[in-house]
Amino acid sequence: MALSITSREQFEVYRFNPVVAIAVPLLAIFIQAYLPLKVSFFNIFDLPLLVTIFFAVARRNPIAGLLTGMIIGLVQDSLTHSFLGLFGISKTVVGFAASSLGVKIDVENPGSRLLMAAGFYLVQKIVYFVVARGMAGMEMPLDLPHSFGAALANGFLAIVLFALLDKTKQRS
Amino acid sequence: MPPEYGSSAEGFFGRHRNSVVLAGALFAQIVGLAAQVKRPVDPRHPDSGSVRLIRMWTVAVLTPFERAIVSTGHGVRGFWSGYVDLHAVHEENKRLRQENQELKLQQALWNEDASQAHRLQTLIDFKQHFIHQTLPAQVIGSSGTDLSRVLYLDRGARDGVKPDMAVVTPDGIVGKISRTFATTSQVLMISDPTSGVGGLLESSRLHGIVRGTASGDVALRYIMQEETVQKGERVVTSGGDRIFPKGLQVGMIKEISRGGDGFYNLTIAPAANLNRLEEVLIVTEISNDSLLAESNEAPQRAAELLAKRLPTVKKNPANEIKDEPEKPVKKSTSTPAVDEKVTKPTTSAAVPKTAPAQAKADAKQEQPVR
Repeated sequence: MALSITSREQFEVYRFNPVVAIAVPLLAIFIQAYLPLKVSFFNIFDLPLLVTIFFAVARRNPIAGLLTGMIIGLVQDSLTHSFLGLFGISKTVVGFAASSLGVKIDVENPGSRLLMAAGFYLVQKIVYFVVARGMAGMEMPLDLPHSFGAALANGFLAIVLFALLDKTKQRS
Repeated sequence: MPPEYGSSAEGFFGRHRNSVVLAGALFAQIVGLAAQVKRPVDPRHPDSGSVRLIRMWTVAVLTPFERAIVSTGHGVRGFWSGYVDLHAVHEENKRLRQENQELKLQQALWNEDASQAHRLQTLIDFKQHFIHQTLPAQVIGSSGTDLSRVLYLDRGARDGVKPDMAVVTPDGIVGKISRTFATTSQVLMISDPTSGVGGLLESSRLHGIVRGTASGDVALRYIMQEETVQKGERVVTSGGDRIFPKGLQVGMIKEISRGGDGFYNLTIAPAANLNRLEEVLIVTEISNDSLLAESNEAPQRAAELLAKRLPTVKKNPANEIKDEPEKPVKKSTSTPAVDEKVTKPTTSAAVPKTAPAQAKADAKQEQPVR
């Protein structure tokens, strides 16, 4: 498994067609909102998170990454019954961290994608937990075994999803 | 000197531009979150104007697609079943000609009609018994996360849907309308940790609060450990929340454990399949009878309780005293203990409208005994 640290010049920076940049996150949020009605266990996945990671890593621009995360997170928040900003804050952090990571290490191969997606799932979970409990005073137990399982499931989904989304990349 | 300050500031922002933008984005969201948390929550208007706007935009963008998918799905399903039916009729005709089994086929059709009629009858009965007016709605979306258990329906304010209306199926309750938009509404399910429904154990008549848990289960809270609760006991709505009519099925007690706070932890298996909902009914108007029934039932419930716990006292002591006022009633030796148990609220103060009524009724019932 190659998590090689290389110089910035060796990585490709990608851009996306504006239609793709808007439609893919919206499609991810739409699927995330619709599919659990038919397949209840689909709630374990977090497609908007995976899309946030993908765009952040491919653009390798921390500001673009955090803004993508923030917008996707806020849209996701607005579908819930909770306060706006819980997913927004956690996905902002993930977007920033993913793009910063993309600048420093190779995240193009399946192994590193699995680890990255699983790791950022846990990061999001922890940030959400801290903000929800610390700021919003919400009752929220942190179920670690379930979280690790979900992180792994998201990691495997990321391998497939990122391979599909690679086709939408354009060299910058 | 100004040029130096300017250049150093530019240098600072240039060097730490990413971190500054990150801090700014986080700060803005934290301030926004704090403002929402601090804001007093009015169930009918839970959001401030700007928050509501963001939610409206999201719903306006996403729900047309969800609605289209749902209706396309129904269309495809209808076409497919129509085709299958046609095909079946063709096959049946062939078989009728070949094997002359008309009676057998007819019987199969009757069975199908009978089961459909039975389903419709169940729905009509359900409507007549508890609810004055309902509005059928399709489930078109969810929040997409385990952290907030909400559904989206294809009916909204234009259809007369308002916040705090109950959402049910013939099997049991689903939740309540938490937000309405023009053509869509959001349902807070009973499995969400922020929900709360007045619940009642059907056989023991103990009141509690039905709440969702963080793991997505439904629980009945605030039943004291000194009470007797059995697995499989049915839980129905108490009507105390003034949202759900009294007597609707919530579910059955699935697990019982003792909490450290003196109350049971009772997990409920919901009567409605909350993971597989396609069509629901929004209760747009509750029959006045059901509310009257609730106010009339308090003394009767207390009487039943007394009769159950004091086997020596007849079922309706009030009538007995009325018929024979001069006849003294002996006080049972167990009366003080039982009286104490009966008059003591069995639930938390979270059921304010029913507990005092019960206490009052209990007091009425106690007088003739003493």
